[in-house]
Amino acid sequence: MKINNEHLKELEDEAIFVMREVAAQFEKKVILFSGGKDSIVLVHLAKKAFWPAKMPFSLMHIDTGHNFEETLTFRDNLARALGVELIVRLVQDSIDQGRVAEETGINASRNKAQSVTLLDAFDELRLDVAIGGGRRDEEKARAKERFFSYRNEFGQWDPKNQRPELWNIFNGHKNFGEHFRVFPISNWTELDVWQYIMNENIILPDLYYTHRRKIFQRNGVYLAWAPFMQTKPSEMVFEADVRCRTIGDITCTGVTLSKAESLEEIVTEIAATRVTERGGRYDDKRSEAAMEDRKKEGYF
Amino acid sequence: MGEKINGNNKSLLRFTTAGSVDDGKSTLIGRLLYDSKSIFEDQMDHIVESSKRLGKEGIDLSLLTDGLRAEREQGITIDVAYRYFATPARKFIISDTPGHIQYTRNMVTGASTADLAVILIDARKGVLEQTLRHSYIATLLDIRHIVFCINKMDMVNYSEEVFLNIKHELTALDEKLKIENVHYIPISAKFGDNVVEPSEKMKWYEGRTFLRLIETIDIKKIKNSSESRFPVQTIIRPLSDEYHDYRGYAGRIAGGTFRKGDSVTVLPSMLRSRISGIDVMGKFLSEASAGDSVSITLEDQIDISRGDLIVRNDELPQSGQDINLMICWFNEKPLKAGGRYLARFNTNEVECVIKTVNYRMNIDTLERDFENITINMNDIANINIKTSKPVFFDPYKKNNITGSLIFIDAGTKETVAAGMIMDQ
Repeated sequence: MKINNEHLKELEDEAIFVMREVAAQFEKKVILFSGGKDSIVLVHLAKKAFWPAKMPFSLMHIDTGHNFEETLTFRDNLARALGVELIVRLVQDSIDQGRVAEETGINASRNKAQSVTLLDAFDELRLDVAIGGGRRDEEKARAKERFFSYRNEFGQWDPKNQRPELWNIFNGHKNFGEHFRVFPISNWTELDVWQYIMNENIILPDLYYTHRRKIFQRNGVYLAWAPFMQTKPSEMVFEADVRCRTIGDITCTGVTLSKAESLEEIVTEIAATRVTERGGRYDDKRSEAAMEDRKKEGYF
Repeated sequence: MGEKINGNNKSLLRFTTAGSVDDGKSTLIGRLLYDSKSIFEDQMDHIVESSKRLGKEGIDLSLLTDGLRAEREQGITIDVAYRYFATPARKFIISDTPGHIQYTRNMVTGASTADLAVILIDARKGVLEQTLRHSYIATLLDIRHIVFCINKMDMVNYSEEVFLNIKHELTALDEKLKIENVHYIPISAKFGDNVVEPSEKMKWYEGRTFLRLIETIDIKKIKNSSESRFPVQTIIRPLSDEYHDYRGYAGRIAGGTFRKGDSVTVLPSMLRSRISGIDVMGKFLSEASAGDSVSITLEDQIDISRGDLIVRNDELPQSGQDINLMICWFNEKPLKAGGRYLARFNTNEVECVIKTVNYRMNIDTLERDFENITINMNDIANINIKTSKPVFFDPYKKNNITGSLIFIDAGTKETVAAGMIMDQ
């Protein structure tokens, strides 16, 4: 099934334009790659934007160490197939070096700690831009993001003082030590992403399709169970048919009960769903401004 | 027009709203999202919870649009927020902007990419200073459709007379501003009258509801469809064995149509060649039009770099170093006559100097100030610049991509102004 949507074409044209602006305006460039569907779509768009040349970006994964094993295999295979450099920086290293303290307790997550590892990577590799798969429909702080999002020398986002962004003119000028985060699929919604994946036959990790997995429920969200996760006595671990709507750090990525085996079934499911995809993201449930606060500290 | 309303061939409409705290803008957007089932359960739970915590009566839908902590605390919209919703007919992108004069720059930013502007009017208050301001900005940015929503009709007993009086006043404004396509709809965002469903209380109104209007309005991008314009973003040279000779010029077509075999001129060199191919990731196209991101290959090896413009031989743009334009000033430091800035015309960047400041537009009265003018943040002015080398452009009214530019402070690197090129 192919959805012949004019609006998908326009979103693709816009994203390719943004990718090419990044190529032209920056020097040391990476695509932030998590193995999730949004970053996979970014890689596809980058391929399209520079064909038949190799994309002028490396892939960078900020690895919390708490992964779905399948995404790492997928990541390595993809980088190899593209022939681009894969940079992996470990949150564990930042913890060992005392750069960031590990959270403790039942809800411990390394999600927030990623910001430190990410900013250290910017310094170490002298990166001046990172392309991310953030979308404005995901979350209310993200709704305020620019395509070209300026970060000061501390890597911070200042939402009250963003550069005005008009027409399709993107100002990537910066002083030494400052950098940019660029979000080519800012204007896409979750459904747009899925329809695009279907139209372009983009290969995704199997986690996005239905599979049997051990899960447990916490605060109304189903979480995938992994040996290093602590559960409360009241939290029963059981097996169910599930799929991931988003893939991130396993400790905070919710799963959905689903039997969707194909992209068609997923698109139908997403079109009918009444809960946002971040509704299953434990990291956003911490406070009303959880995302805004993390972004100010240098988060993706 | 016979637009199809089905899942296929869904088009994209971008619209901007400007409004102040009390005119019901957030309620209208909340209503559209709610009635089109674009508010999800977890978002709704969240709004209900926050409304309670902030001690609001009922559910405050504006909490959905105000995304930053400071905005929620103060109950105001500070920056442009983008919202998305879709119906079976169209996908919509809303740029939701604050309406106060001190946020003119945000309104201009939100309006720059819009196909349509929605201007809210409180039926009890009629046409106000801010109506003038919002209408002026919409025309300055050359938005082709303006929809005036006469809101809070429930508070004037759904009176047709009130509506007609306001409409009459607006007609005079439309003539003054030369607005081409205007629509007037009496609504109650609070109760949903004429937003998604036709109003039971205003049977005298026979036009389309707001949603129906924006679903069916013809938004063909007539604006940039005439003359061929291809600003080069970057050069694609694979240097691989398989594509050893491939040399593609990558960019997004800013106007007109290009076809394989077209004779083209490259600016500024004025060298000529013919298009040997147009492709998107190996898929070769016989033609491509405004809005398409493509790679173009030429028959001859000529020197082309980023910022150059490829056009068809018979469709040359204007060129020169002295340019008259309207600007909106964004920066806390005022504009300096004689000041030097970087000017970015789409992908081309040159230095420029501000030659003269001709007048400042008083956007609350639409009068021009000629005396003792300083241009401060949020001001709109007419100026003349001189660029360090010749540039190629069109009047903004003819093409909003080759007719627009931004000014960048070479020291701080900030975007300090946006410019729209006038007829020279």
